Amino acid sequence: MEFSPEAKKQYETILKRYPDKRAALLPVLWLGVREFGYISIEAADYIANLMGLSGSQVYSVASFYTMFPKRKIGKHHIQVCKTLSCWMGGAPKIIDHLKNRLGINVGETTPDGNCTLSTVECLGSCGTAPMMQVDVDYYENLTPQSVDQILERLK
Amino acid sequence: MPKILLANIHKPNQKHIATYKENGGYKGLTKALEMTPKEVMDEVIKSGLRGRGGAGFPTGRKWSFVPQNTGKQIYLLCNADESEPGTFKDRLLLERGPHMLIEGMIISAYALQCHLSYIYIRGEYAFIVPTLEKAIQEAYDAGYLGPSVMGKDFALDIVIHLAAGAYICGEETGLIRSLQGGRGYPTVKPPFPAVQGFLASPTVVNNVETLAAVPWIIVNGAEAHTKLGTEKSPGTKLFSVSGPVVKQGVFEVELGYPLKKFIYEDCGGIKDGKKLKGVIVGGSSVPILRADEIENVNLDYESLMSAGTFLGSGGMIIIDETGSMPELLATLADFYEHESCGQCTPCREGTGWMAREIHKMLEGKSKPGDIDKLLHITKMIEGNTICALADGAVAPVRSFINKYREEFEALIPKE
Ligand SMILES: Cc1cc2nc3c(=O)[nH]c(=O)nc-3n(C[C@H](O)[C@H](O)[C@H](O)COP(=O)(O)O)c2cc1C
Ligand code: SF4
Ligand code: FES
Repeated sequence: MEFSPEAKKQYETILKRYPDKRAALLPVLWLGVREFGYISIEAADYIANLMGLSGSQVYSVASFYTMFPKRKIGKHHIQVCKTLSCWMGGAPKIIDHLKNRLGINVGETTPDGNCTLSTVECLGSCGTAPMMQVDVDYYENLTPQSVDQILERLK
Repeated sequence: MPKILLANIHKPNQKHIATYKENGGYKGLTKALEMTPKEVMDEVIKSGLRGRGGAGFPTGRKWSFVPQNTGKQIYLLCNADESEPGTFKDRLLLERGPHMLIEGMIISAYALQCHLSYIYIRGEYAFIVPTLEKAIQEAYDAGYLGPSVMGKDFALDIVIHLAAGAYICGEETGLIRSLQGGRGYPTVKPPFPAVQGFLASPTVVNNVETLAAVPWIIVNGAEAHTKLGTEKSPGTKLFSVSGPVVKQGVFEVELGYPLKKFIYEDCGGIKDGKKLKGVIVGGSSVPILRADEIENVNLDYESLMSAGTFLGSGGMIIIDETGSMPELLATLADFYEHESCGQCTPCREGTGWMAREIHKMLEGKSKPGDIDKLLHITKMIEGNTICALADGAVAPVRSFINKYREEFEALIPKE
């Protein structure tokens, strides 16, 4: 397990932005997610080695942050907000609709490995509820119809 | 209403430096660099600007706690972690007015004599990062950032730091621990970040909205700022409004603006002719106000405090008569349970316990006395913790129960 030559260059660039190597750990973990898909124990060990840390230090940090996947997830990650404003705006209906359409429960991945469904806490989009994040993009003011259109594009 | 932050925000291309400058952008920086750092700091102190991240601490005074003679680097950290439920105002500034923030950061860094500044942005806002990166690059190209800002003997770099999903990293000491490459565990204060912050150096953490207000203050002067708002809450504040009102979105109001007028006029009132049931004015961590409690309450720090709540982040959540308070409270209890960092036993155990009790009620599995038990739990959590998340978790539970108790009683099976 190793970074690609391109990622190694990015790693060097990242280090230059911090007066202390350890401070670069979060961006390097992001780089790890881009390279390896998720932060496995092996990936943590590799990053630890690069940065002069122990594997358990790196894994302990990775596991603190919900956005670093620790296991293989689908090609697309669908994350529906379920906090107060989205709840009032109809998040439960959207979550049920997604479960039905994808045929999976929250926390699961479709058998073809295409989509993982999660629920998350407030994403700063409360005025355009209900909403979900698919990979990096926000989709707001959702209706079952707009969810179908979005799913269509993910196929 | 006078606008400081949103005056130009909805004009197209405001995120590009050329348009920003056509609308008066970077005039504040030009003026600030003609002043001494001390003069800039004094101007911000005199303006009465208070932190817009939640705590409302006077910004200039916070800066003045930074010792200038330690020989260490001084750091300015922009808190763009915005994760308080109901809050989405910083997002608007980041997406549409990045140069206002950058200009504010440069001026503030100059006042503090800071040469390296980070924007700590929540991981989910990754989609905004390209906009921010472009704006920062434009500022470098224009000579507003780099080894010699506008040809002066002042160097500044701004770096974007993408976080990875943890509400607690919005708490300033948690943010610092996180930026150091660790878990976002808050630390006990003192020592305060101003003295011992990022990498044990003097550090100021300021919210996006706070920093974005600085250029206006320098251009128009502290006195113009104190003419807006009230004596103790000068200036304007952004409120992000969600829930069943006619107009949701981000509003800029002069502090001291009447809450009722704001809801019924500016936000167009409650949708579909329904009745207001309650309003959480400052993000989920502040006590809710019942509909009959909003008379004569104004949107400023003092008035909201005398009404028994806080201005907080300005994340205003409206609840109409159809909302089931126990059900809505459960979403918040789940939030705090999920976001407690787990360092303090009362917070780690208490947030989970509260959530379980509320879900039990919703499932009809509670017993008489359980409501009081829940209130008792809130007392055990409060006060005894490292950071304010625990108090924030207690505020909705206690206020929802005390103010809508009959809805909770209705869930308890009769013996
Ligand atoms: C649990 C918790 C979460 C917080 N989250 C944020 C946040 O997302 N953004 C923010 O600016 N301040 C947040 N704060 C407040 C910060 O600790 C700090 O007071 C603020 O960033 C200081 O900036 P200001 O003085 O400009 O408001 C949070 C505080 C607590 C206790
Ligand atoms: S109060 Fe809660 S969130 Fe804050 S440090 Fe303690 S356990 Fe962590
Ligand atoms: S409650 Fe869903 S985005 Fe804020």
